[in-house]
Amino acid sequence: MSNASTIVLNARALERTVARMADEIVERADGTDGLVLVGIQRRGVQLADRIAAMILAHEHVAVPRGALDITLYRDDLQTVGPRPIVGKTELPWELDGKIVCIVDDVLYTGRTIRAALDELADFGRPARIMLAVLIDRGGRELPIHADVTGRLVEVPKGGRVDVCVTELDGTDEVTMVLSGEHA
Amino acid sequence: MTAPLGKDLLGLEHLTAGQITMILDTAEPLREISERTIKKVPTLRGATVVNLFYEASTRTRTSFEFAEKRMSADTVNIAIASSSVSKGETLVDTAKNLEAMRIDMVVIRHQSSGAAQFLAERIESNVINAGDGTHEHPTQGLLDLLTLRQRFGTLQGKRVCICGDVLHSRVARSNIWGLTKLGAEVAVCGPRSLLPTAIEEFGVTVFDRIEQAIEWADALNVLRLQLERMQAGYIPSLREYNRVFGVTRERLDRAPRDVLILHPGPMNRGVEIDSDVADGPHSVILDQVTNGVAVRMAVLYLLAGNTPALAEAAKGGDR
Repeated sequence: MSNASTIVLNARALERTVARMADEIVERADGTDGLVLVGIQRRGVQLADRIAAMILAHEHVAVPRGALDITLYRDDLQTVGPRPIVGKTELPWELDGKIVCIVDDVLYTGRTIRAALDELADFGRPARIMLAVLIDRGGRELPIHADVTGRLVEVPKGGRVDVCVTELDGTDEVTMVLSGEHA
Repeated sequence: MTAPLGKDLLGLEHLTAGQITMILDTAEPLREISERTIKKVPTLRGATVVNLFYEASTRTRTSFEFAEKRMSADTVNIAIASSSVSKGETLVDTAKNLEAMRIDMVVIRHQSSGAAQFLAERIESNVINAGDGTHEHPTQGLLDLLTLRQRFGTLQGKRVCICGDVLHSRVARSNIWGLTKLGAEVAVCGPRSLLPTAIEEFGVTVFDRIEQAIEWADALNVLRLQLERMQAGYIPSLREYNRVFGVTRERLDRAPRDVLILHPGPMNRGVEIDSDVADGPHSVILDQVTNGVAVRMAVLYLLAGNTPALAEAAKGGDR
Protein backbone atom coordinates (compact mmCIF):
# COMPACT_ATOMS: atom_id res chain seq x y z
CA MET A 1 0.00 0.00 0.00
CA SER A 2 2.55 2.55 1.13
CA ASN A 3 4.81 1.98 -1.88
CA ALA A 4 1.91 2.89 -4.18
CA SER A 5 1.30 6.24 -2.47
CA THR A 6 2.80 9.55 -3.48
CA ILE A 7 2.83 12.79 -1.53
CA VAL A 8 0.79 15.52 -3.21
CA LEU A 9 1.32 18.16 -0.53
CA ASN A 10 3.60 18.02 2.49
CA ALA A 11 2.98 20.11 5.60
CA ARG A 12 4.69 23.26 4.30
CA ALA A 13 3.11 23.02 0.86
CA LEU A 14 -0.28 22.53 2.49
CA GLU A 15 0.20 25.65 4.58
CA ARG A 16 1.14 27.71 1.50
CA THR A 17 -1.84 26.35 -0.42
CA VAL A 18 -4.24 27.17 2.38
CA ALA A 19 -2.77 30.68 2.63
CA ARG A 20 -3.34 31.25 -1.07
CA MET A 21 -6.87 29.84 -0.85
CA ALA A 22 -7.64 32.23 2.01
CA ASP A 23 -6.51 35.23 -0.08
CA GLU A 24 -8.47 34.01 -3.08
CA ILE A 25 -11.64 33.54 -1.03
CA VAL A 26 -11.41 37.10 0.32
CA GLU A 27 -10.69 38.42 -3.18
CA ARG A 28 -13.70 36.61 -4.66
CA ALA A 29 -15.94 37.72 -1.81
CA ASP A 30 -14.77 41.28 -2.36
CA GLY A 31 -13.54 41.59 1.23
CA THR A 32 -14.72 39.96 4.41
CA ASP A 33 -18.06 41.74 4.87
CA GLY A 34 -20.76 39.13 5.24
CA LEU A 35 -18.30 36.31 4.57
CA VAL A 36 -18.81 33.08 6.55
CA LEU A 37 -16.87 29.83 6.23
CA VAL A 38 -18.69 26.53 6.47
CA GLY A 39 -16.53 23.42 6.74
CA ILE A 40 -17.91 20.04 5.78
CA GLN A 41 -17.45 17.30 8.38
CA ARG A 42 -14.97 16.04 8.94
CA ARG A 43 -11.75 17.48 7.45
CA GLY A 44 -13.41 20.45 5.83
CA VAL A 45 -13.99 21.80 9.33
CA GLN A 46 -10.28 21.86 10.19
CA LEU A 47 -9.44 23.39 6.80
CA ALA A 48 -12.05 26.11 7.37
CA ASP A 49 -10.42 26.82 10.74
CA ARG A 50 -7.02 27.22 9.07
CA ILE A 51 -8.41 29.44 6.33
CA ALA A 52 -10.08 31.58 9.01
CA ALA A 53 -6.74 31.85 10.84
CA MET A 54 -5.04 32.98 7.61
CA ILE A 55 -7.75 35.56 6.96
CA LEU A 56 -7.29 36.83 10.51
CA ALA A 57 -3.53 37.11 9.94
CA HIS A 58 -3.83 38.82 6.57
CA GLU A 59 -6.97 40.93 7.00
CA HIS A 60 -7.25 41.25 10.77
CA VAL A 61 -10.85 40.08 10.61
CA ALA A 62 -12.28 37.04 12.38
CA VAL A 63 -14.78 35.56 9.95
CA PRO A 64 -17.47 33.34 11.46
CA ARG A 65 -17.00 29.61 10.98
CA GLY A 66 -19.57 26.84 10.97
CA ALA A 67 -19.64 23.09 10.51
CA LEU A 68 -21.95 21.13 8.28
CA ASP A 69 -22.57 17.39 8.48
CA ILE A 70 -24.28 16.24 5.30
CA THR A 71 -24.95 12.61 6.29
CA LEU A 72 -28.70 13.08 6.65
CA TYR A 73 -28.84 14.67 3.17
CA ARG A 74 -26.94 11.92 1.34
CA ASP A 75 -28.58 10.47 -1.76
CA ASP A 76 -27.26 6.95 -1.15
CA LEU A 77 -28.60 6.19 2.33
CA GLN A 78 -30.82 3.43 0.93
CA THR A 79 -27.79 1.55 -0.38
CA VAL A 80 -24.83 2.15 1.93
CA GLY A 81 -25.49 -0.68 4.39
CA PRO A 82 -24.68 0.15 8.01
CA ARG A 83 -25.76 3.68 8.77
CA PRO A 84 -22.97 6.25 8.51
CA ILE A 85 -22.16 8.09 11.74
CA VAL A 86 -23.84 11.48 11.99
CA GLY A 87 -21.58 14.37 12.91
CA LYS A 88 -22.33 17.77 14.32
CA THR A 89 -23.85 20.62 12.35
CA GLU A 90 -23.21 24.05 13.82
CA LEU A 91 -24.40 27.14 11.98
CA PRO A 92 -25.23 29.42 14.88
CA TRP A 93 -25.99 32.52 12.86
CA GLU A 94 -28.42 33.79 10.22
CA LEU A 95 -27.37 32.84 6.71
CA ASP A 96 -29.75 35.24 4.96
CA GLY A 97 -27.80 37.69 2.81
CA LYS A 98 -24.40 36.22 3.74
CA ILE A 99 -21.61 35.11 1.43
CA VAL A 100 -21.13 31.49 2.38
CA CYS A 101 -17.92 29.75 1.44
CA ILE A 102 -18.22 25.97 1.70
CA VAL A 103 -14.86 24.38 2.53
CA ASP A 104 -14.10 20.71 1.88
CA ASP A 105 -10.99 18.60 1.59
CA VAL A 106 -11.54 16.66 -1.63
CA LEU A 107 -13.95 17.40 -4.49
CA TYR A 108 -14.78 14.21 -6.39
CA THR A 109 -18.28 13.22 -7.58
CA GLY A 110 -19.86 16.45 -6.33
CA ARG A 111 -22.55 14.58 -4.42
CA THR A 112 -21.37 15.83 -1.03
CA ILE A 113 -21.60 19.41 -2.27
CA ARG A 114 -25.08 18.77 -3.69
CA ALA A 115 -26.12 17.57 -0.23
CA ALA A 116 -24.43 20.57 1.41
CA LEU A 117 -26.30 22.99 -0.86
CA ASP A 118 -29.60 21.33 0.07
CA GLU A 119 -28.78 21.51 3.76
CA LEU A 120 -27.71 25.17 3.60
CA ALA A 121 -31.00 26.02 1.91
CA ASP A 122 -32.76 24.71 5.03
CA PHE A 123 -30.88 27.27 7.12
CA GLY A 124 -31.61 30.34 5.09
CA ARG A 125 -31.02 32.17 1.84
CA PRO A 126 -27.43 33.33 1.48
CA ALA A 127 -26.71 36.07 -1.04
CA ARG A 128 -24.12 33.80 -2.57
CA ILE A 129 -22.53 30.41 -1.99
CA MET A 130 -18.98 29.63 -3.09
CA LEU A 131 -16.99 26.44 -2.91
CA ALA A 132 -13.36 26.11 -1.84
CA VAL A 133 -11.64 22.71 -1.93
CA LEU A 134 -8.11 21.72 -1.07
CA ILE A 135 -7.97 19.00 -3.73
CA ASP A 136 -10.01 18.70 -6.92
CA ARG A 137 -9.51 15.16 -8.16
CA GLY A 138 -11.95 15.25 -11.08
CA GLY A 139 -14.57 12.55 -11.68
CA ARG A 140 -17.63 14.75 -11.28
CA GLU A 141 -21.07 13.12 -11.51
CA LEU A 142 -22.99 16.36 -11.05
CA PRO A 143 -22.67 19.83 -12.60
CA ILE A 144 -20.64 21.27 -9.71
CA HIS A 145 -17.31 23.09 -9.78
CA ALA A 146 -15.07 24.74 -7.20
CA ASP A 147 -14.53 28.51 -7.10
CA VAL A 148 -11.27 28.18 -5.23
CA THR A 149 -9.06 25.12 -5.67
CA GLY A 150 -5.93 24.26 -3.72
CA ARG A 151 -4.53 21.71 -6.11
CA LEU A 152 -5.85 19.89 -9.16
CA VAL A 153 -4.85 16.24 -9.07
CA GLU A 154 -5.32 13.69 -11.85
CA VAL A 155 -6.18 10.46 -10.06
CA PRO A 156 -6.09 7.28 -12.16
CA LYS A 157 -9.03 4.89 -11.96
CA GLY A 158 -9.13 3.02 -8.67
CA GLY A 159 -6.87 5.53 -6.94
CA ARG A 160 -7.76 7.86 -4.10
CA VAL A 161 -6.58 10.98 -2.33
CA ASP A 162 -6.10 11.06 1.44
CA VAL A 163 -6.04 14.39 3.25
CA CYS A 164 -4.52 14.25 6.73
CA VAL A 165 -4.75 17.12 9.20
CA THR A 166 -2.86 17.30 12.47
CA GLU A 167 -6.01 17.75 14.56
CA LEU A 168 -7.42 14.37 13.49
CA ASP A 169 -4.56 12.42 11.96
CA GLY A 170 -1.47 13.69 13.76
CA THR A 171 0.11 15.04 10.59
CA ASP A 172 -0.50 17.55 7.80
CA GLU A 173 -0.21 15.78 4.49
CA VAL A 174 -2.03 15.00 1.26
CA THR A 175 -1.21 11.71 -0.43
CA MET A 176 -2.43 9.92 -3.53
CA VAL A 177 -2.81 6.18 -3.19
CA LEU A 178 -2.70 4.36 -6.51
CA SER A 179 -3.69 0.87 -5.45
CA GLY A 180 -7.32 -0.06 -6.05
CA GLU A 181 -7.51 -1.47 -2.54
CA HIS A 182 -9.42 0.53 0.05
CA ALA A 183 -7.61 0.81 3.33
CA MET B 1 -16.77 -2.24 15.51
CA THR B 2 -20.28 -2.10 16.87
CA ALA B 3 -22.86 -4.32 15.19
CA PRO B 4 -25.72 -2.50 13.47
CA LEU B 5 -29.06 -2.46 15.24
CA GLY B 6 -30.92 -4.97 13.13
CA LYS B 7 -34.53 -4.77 11.96
CA ASP B 8 -36.31 -3.80 15.15
CA LEU B 9 -35.93 -2.03 18.49
CA LEU B 10 -37.83 -4.15 21.00
CA GLY B 11 -35.96 -3.46 24.21
CA LEU B 12 -32.61 -2.64 25.74
CA GLU B 13 -32.14 -6.08 27.30
CA HIS B 14 -30.65 -7.59 24.16
CA LEU B 15 -28.62 -4.62 23.01
CA THR B 16 -24.91 -4.35 23.73
CA ALA B 17 -23.34 -1.37 25.47
CA GLY B 18 -21.80 -0.51 22.09
CA GLN B 19 -25.17 -0.45 20.35
CA ILE B 20 -26.74 1.69 23.08
CA THR B 21 -23.81 4.11 22.91
CA MET B 22 -24.18 4.26 19.11
CA ILE B 23 -27.83 5.31 19.48
CA LEU B 24 -26.93 7.99 22.05
CA ASP B 25 -24.02 9.24 19.91
CA THR B 26 -26.36 9.50 16.93
CA ALA B 27 -29.05 11.28 18.95
CA GLU B 28 -26.63 13.93 20.20
CA PRO B 29 -26.06 15.79 16.88
CA LEU B 30 -29.72 15.31 15.88
CA ARG B 31 -30.85 17.62 18.71
CA GLU B 32 -29.69 20.57 16.63
CA ILE B 33 -32.26 19.87 13.90
CA SER B 34 -35.10 20.81 16.25
CA GLU B 35 -33.41 24.19 16.82
CA ARG B 36 -33.47 25.14 13.12
CA THR B 37 -35.98 27.44 11.49
CA ILE B 38 -36.83 24.61 9.11
CA LYS B 39 -36.96 21.69 11.52
CA LYS B 40 -36.57 18.98 8.95
CA VAL B 41 -33.98 16.81 7.23
CA PRO B 42 -34.81 14.73 4.13
CA THR B 43 -33.36 11.45 5.44
CA LEU B 44 -36.56 9.36 5.56
CA ARG B 45 -38.25 10.95 2.57
CA GLY B 46 -40.65 8.45 1.04
CA ALA B 47 -40.74 6.16 4.08
CA THR B 48 -44.11 5.55 5.70
CA VAL B 49 -44.32 5.06 9.45
CA VAL B 50 -47.44 3.86 11.23
CA ASN B 51 -47.92 4.76 14.88
CA LEU B 52 -50.06 1.94 16.16
CA PHE B 53 -51.21 2.83 19.65
CA TYR B 54 -53.33 0.34 21.56
CA GLU B 55 -52.93 2.37 24.74
CA ALA B 56 -53.51 6.01 25.43
CA SER B 57 -50.39 8.12 25.07
CA THR B 58 -49.85 11.79 24.44
CA ARG B 59 -46.20 12.38 25.10
CA THR B 60 -44.68 9.28 23.52
CA ARG B 61 -46.93 9.38 20.47
CA THR B 62 -46.37 13.08 19.92
CA SER B 63 -42.63 12.65 20.40
CA PHE B 64 -42.48 9.83 17.85
CA GLU B 65 -44.57 11.85 15.44
CA PHE B 66 -42.28 14.88 15.75
CA ALA B 67 -39.26 12.62 15.25
CA GLU B 68 -40.78 11.01 12.16
CA LYS B 69 -41.79 14.32 10.64
CA ARG B 70 -38.44 15.96 11.33
CA MET B 71 -36.83 13.07 9.45
CA SER B 72 -39.35 13.67 6.58
CA ALA B 73 -41.18 10.35 6.92
CA ASP B 74 -44.89 10.17 6.15
CA THR B 75 -46.82 9.26 9.26
CA VAL B 76 -50.16 7.68 9.99
CA ASN B 77 -51.55 7.49 13.50
CA ILE B 78 -53.87 4.70 14.46
CA ALA B 79 -55.49 4.96 17.85
CA ILE B 80 -57.34 1.94 19.14
CA ALA B 81 -60.66 3.59 19.89
CA SER B 82 -61.24 4.68 16.30
CA SER B 83 -59.80 1.61 14.57
CA SER B 84 -61.22 -1.68 13.37
CA VAL B 85 -59.47 -3.34 16.31
CA SER B 86 -62.54 -2.32 18.25
CA LYS B 87 -64.43 -4.52 15.75
CA GLY B 88 -62.33 -7.51 16.81
CA GLU B 89 -59.43 -7.52 14.36
CA THR B 90 -56.25 -9.17 15.64
CA LEU B 91 -52.93 -7.41 15.98
CA VAL B 92 -51.36 -9.45 13.17
CA ASP B 93 -54.28 -8.87 10.81
CA THR B 94 -54.12 -5.16 11.46
CA ALA B 95 -50.38 -5.11 10.77
CA LYS B 96 -50.63 -7.33 7.66
CA ASN B 97 -53.30 -5.05 6.27
CA LEU B 98 -51.10 -2.04 6.89
CA GLU B 99 -48.18 -3.81 5.21
CA ALA B 100 -50.37 -4.50 2.18
CA MET B 101 -50.58 -0.71 1.87
CA ARG B 102 -46.75 -0.67 1.68
CA ILE B 103 -45.60 0.78 4.95
CA ASP B 104 -41.98 0.73 6.11
CA MET B 105 -42.04 1.00 9.89
CA VAL B 106 -44.43 0.40 12.75
CA VAL B 107 -44.20 2.09 16.13
CA ILE B 108 -46.31 0.05 18.51
CA ARG B 109 -47.64 0.71 22.00
CA HIS B 110 -49.57 -2.21 23.46
CA GLN B 111 -50.92 -3.26 26.84
CA SER B 112 -49.49 -6.80 26.50
CA SER B 113 -45.85 -7.55 27.30
CA GLY B 114 -44.19 -9.07 24.25
CA ALA B 115 -46.61 -7.56 21.71
CA ALA B 116 -43.82 -5.70 19.89
CA GLN B 117 -41.73 -8.84 19.48
CA PHE B 118 -44.78 -10.86 18.42
CA LEU B 119 -45.41 -8.32 15.70
CA ALA B 120 -41.75 -8.00 14.69
CA GLU B 121 -41.53 -11.73 14.03
CA ARG B 122 -44.52 -11.63 11.72
CA ILE B 123 -44.04 -8.58 9.52
CA GLU B 124 -41.26 -7.36 7.24
CA SER B 125 -41.46 -3.73 8.37
CA ASN B 126 -39.16 -2.36 11.07
CA VAL B 127 -40.85 -2.46 14.46
CA ILE B 128 -40.15 0.01 17.26
CA ASN B 129 -41.49 -0.79 20.69
CA ALA B 130 -43.12 2.29 22.21
CA GLY B 131 -44.03 0.41 25.38
CA ASP B 132 -45.39 -3.13 25.73
CA GLY B 133 -47.23 -4.01 28.95
CA THR B 134 -44.83 -4.12 31.86
CA HIS B 135 -41.94 -5.34 29.68
CA GLU B 136 -39.92 -2.49 28.13
CA HIS B 137 -40.13 1.06 26.84
CA PRO B 138 -36.73 1.25 25.15
CA THR B 139 -36.89 4.78 23.73
CA GLN B 140 -37.81 6.13 27.18
CA GLY B 141 -34.83 4.24 28.63
CA LEU B 142 -32.59 5.69 25.93
CA LEU B 143 -33.74 9.27 26.47
CA ASP B 144 -33.15 8.88 30.20
CA LEU B 145 -29.64 7.59 29.47
CA LEU B 146 -28.97 10.48 27.08
CA THR B 147 -30.18 13.04 29.64
CA LEU B 148 -28.02 11.53 32.38
CA ARG B 149 -25.00 11.27 30.10
CA GLN B 150 -25.29 14.93 29.11
CA ARG B 151 -25.25 15.97 32.76
CA PHE B 152 -22.66 13.53 34.04
CA GLY B 153 -20.44 13.12 30.97
CA THR B 154 -20.37 9.39 31.59
CA LEU B 155 -22.66 6.92 33.32
CA GLN B 156 -19.76 4.81 34.56
CA GLY B 157 -19.99 4.55 38.36
CA LYS B 158 -22.92 6.99 38.63
CA ARG B 159 -25.65 6.06 41.09
CA VAL B 160 -29.19 6.14 39.81
CA CYS B 161 -32.20 5.21 41.93
CA ILE B 162 -35.53 4.38 40.31
CA CYS B 163 -38.31 5.36 42.70
CA GLY B 164 -41.89 4.20 42.92
CA ASP B 165 -43.97 1.63 41.11
CA VAL B 166 -41.16 -0.52 39.69
CA LEU B 167 -43.44 -3.56 39.60
CA HIS B 168 -45.68 -2.26 36.81
CA SER B 169 -43.07 -0.12 35.10
CA ARG B 170 -41.65 -0.88 31.67
CA VAL B 171 -39.69 2.36 32.04
CA ALA B 172 -37.97 0.90 35.10
CA ARG B 173 -37.01 -2.28 33.23
CA SER B 174 -35.54 -0.45 30.24
CA ASN B 175 -33.70 1.86 32.63
CA ILE B 176 -32.22 -0.98 34.66
CA TRP B 177 -30.96 -2.77 31.52
CA GLY B 178 -29.56 0.36 29.93
CA LEU B 179 -27.98 1.84 33.06
CA THR B 180 -26.24 -1.37 34.12
CA LYS B 181 -24.92 -1.99 30.60
CA LEU B 182 -23.38 1.49 30.57
CA GLY B 183 -21.73 0.93 33.93
CA ALA B 184 -24.02 2.86 36.30
CA GLU B 185 -24.96 1.57 39.73
CA VAL B 186 -28.71 1.11 39.99
CA ALA B 187 -31.03 1.04 42.98
CA VAL B 188 -34.79 0.95 43.37
CA CYS B 189 -36.89 2.45 46.12
CA GLY B 190 -40.58 2.02 46.80
CA PRO B 191 -43.12 0.15 48.85
CA ARG B 192 -42.37 -3.58 48.79
CA SER B 193 -45.83 -4.15 47.31
CA LEU B 194 -44.71 -2.21 44.24
CA LEU B 195 -41.31 -3.87 43.79
CA PRO B 196 -40.94 -7.16 41.88
CA THR B 197 -40.24 -10.04 44.29
CA ALA B 198 -36.84 -11.02 42.86
CA ILE B 199 -35.72 -7.49 42.01
CA GLU B 200 -32.24 -8.11 43.51
CA GLU B 201 -31.58 -10.56 40.68
CA PHE B 202 -31.41 -7.59 38.31
CA GLY B 203 -28.26 -6.63 40.23
CA VAL B 204 -29.86 -3.60 41.85
CA THR B 205 -29.78 -2.32 45.41
CA VAL B 206 -33.11 -1.98 47.22
CA PHE B 207 -33.93 0.94 49.51
CA ASP B 208 -37.03 0.81 51.67
CA ARG B 209 -36.76 4.44 52.67
CA ILE B 210 -36.63 7.35 50.23
CA GLU B 211 -34.26 9.18 52.59
CA GLN B 212 -31.66 6.42 52.13
CA ALA B 213 -32.10 6.54 48.37
CA ILE B 214 -31.60 10.30 48.32
CA GLU B 215 -28.50 10.02 50.47
CA TRP B 216 -27.01 7.40 48.12
CA ALA B 217 -27.96 8.67 44.69
CA ASP B 218 -26.53 11.02 42.05
CA ALA B 219 -29.89 10.94 40.27
CA LEU B 220 -33.44 9.86 41.00
CA ASN B 221 -35.72 8.62 38.25
CA VAL B 222 -39.12 9.16 39.85
CA LEU B 223 -41.80 6.98 38.30
CA ARG B 224 -45.42 7.92 37.90
CA LEU B 225 -47.64 6.34 40.51
CA GLN B 226 -50.59 4.99 38.55
CA LEU B 227 -53.63 6.12 40.44
CA GLU B 228 -55.35 2.80 39.77
CA ARG B 229 -52.80 1.15 42.04
CA MET B 230 -54.54 2.57 45.05
CA GLN B 231 -57.87 1.02 44.11
CA ALA B 232 -56.04 -2.27 43.52
CA GLY B 233 -54.77 -2.19 47.11
CA TYR B 234 -51.03 -1.82 46.46
CA ILE B 235 -50.84 1.31 48.59
CA PRO B 236 -53.12 2.55 51.36
CA SER B 237 -53.58 6.11 50.09
CA LEU B 238 -51.97 8.71 47.85
CA ARG B 239 -51.42 11.00 50.79
CA GLU B 240 -49.62 8.31 52.73
CA TYR B 241 -47.55 7.45 49.66
CA ASN B 242 -46.49 11.08 49.38
CA ARG B 243 -45.65 11.25 53.08
CA VAL B 244 -43.44 8.14 52.97
CA PHE B 245 -42.06 8.03 49.40
CA GLY B 246 -42.69 11.48 47.97
CA VAL B 247 -39.64 13.28 46.59
CA THR B 248 -39.85 16.61 48.38
CA ARG B 249 -37.67 19.70 48.58
CA GLU B 250 -37.21 19.13 52.30
CA ARG B 251 -35.82 15.64 51.75
CA LEU B 252 -33.54 16.73 48.90
CA ASP B 253 -32.18 19.60 51.00
CA ARG B 254 -30.72 17.03 53.36
CA ALA B 255 -28.86 15.20 50.56
CA PRO B 256 -25.05 15.29 50.73
CA ARG B 257 -24.85 16.30 47.02
CA ASP B 258 -27.06 17.75 44.31
CA VAL B 259 -29.39 15.04 43.11
CA LEU B 260 -30.58 15.16 39.51
CA ILE B 261 -34.33 14.60 39.15
CA LEU B 262 -35.86 12.70 36.24
CA HIS B 263 -39.49 11.78 35.67
CA PRO B 264 -40.90 10.03 32.60
CA GLY B 265 -44.23 11.87 32.90
CA PRO B 266 -47.03 12.47 33.19
CA MET B 267 -46.39 13.65 36.73
CA ASN B 268 -48.74 13.42 39.68
CA ARG B 269 -47.60 16.58 41.43
CA GLY B 270 -47.94 16.23 45.16
CA VAL B 271 -47.96 12.42 45.01
CA GLU B 272 -44.62 10.93 43.88
CA ILE B 273 -42.99 14.33 43.33
CA ASP B 274 -43.58 17.81 44.72
CA SER B 275 -43.95 20.79 42.43
CA ASP B 276 -40.95 22.66 43.77
CA VAL B 277 -38.79 19.62 42.98
CA ALA B 278 -40.28 19.03 39.53
CA ASP B 279 -39.72 22.69 38.67
CA GLY B 280 -36.54 23.06 40.71
CA PRO B 281 -32.96 23.73 39.63
CA HIS B 282 -31.95 20.05 39.55
CA SER B 283 -34.91 18.85 37.53
CA VAL B 284 -34.07 17.68 34.01
CA ILE B 285 -37.62 16.63 33.22
CA LEU B 286 -38.00 18.97 30.25
CA ASP B 287 -34.54 18.01 28.94
CA GLN B 288 -35.86 14.47 28.88
CA VAL B 289 -38.72 15.56 26.64
CA THR B 290 -36.36 17.40 24.27
CA ASN B 291 -34.00 14.43 24.20
CA GLY B 292 -36.92 12.10 23.53
CA VAL B 293 -37.40 13.53 20.06
CA ALA B 294 -33.67 13.28 19.27
CA VAL B 295 -33.41 9.69 20.52
CA ARG B 296 -36.41 8.65 18.44
CA MET B 297 -34.96 10.37 15.37
CA ALA B 298 -31.76 8.41 15.95
CA VAL B 299 -33.62 5.12 16.25
CA LEU B 300 -35.62 5.80 13.08
CA TYR B 301 -32.41 6.67 11.24
CA LEU B 302 -30.52 3.62 12.47
CA LEU B 303 -33.34 1.15 11.75
CA ALA B 304 -34.68 2.51 8.45
CA GLY B 305 -34.10 0.12 5.61
CA ASN B 306 -32.63 -2.59 7.84
CA THR B 307 -33.80 -5.96 6.57
CA PRO B 308 -34.35 -9.27 8.40
CA ALA B 309 -31.04 -10.49 6.91
CA LEU B 310 -29.20 -7.60 8.51
CA ALA B 311 -30.98 -8.30 11.76
CA GLU B 312 -29.68 -11.87 11.63
CA ALA B 313 -26.15 -10.62 11.08
CA ALA B 314 -26.53 -8.17 13.97
CA LYS B 315 -27.27 -10.99 16.42
CA GLY B 316 -23.53 -11.56 16.68
CA GLY B 317 -23.39 -8.54 18.97
CA ASP B 318 -20.30 -6.49 19.61
CA ARG B 319 -16.97 -7.46 18.00
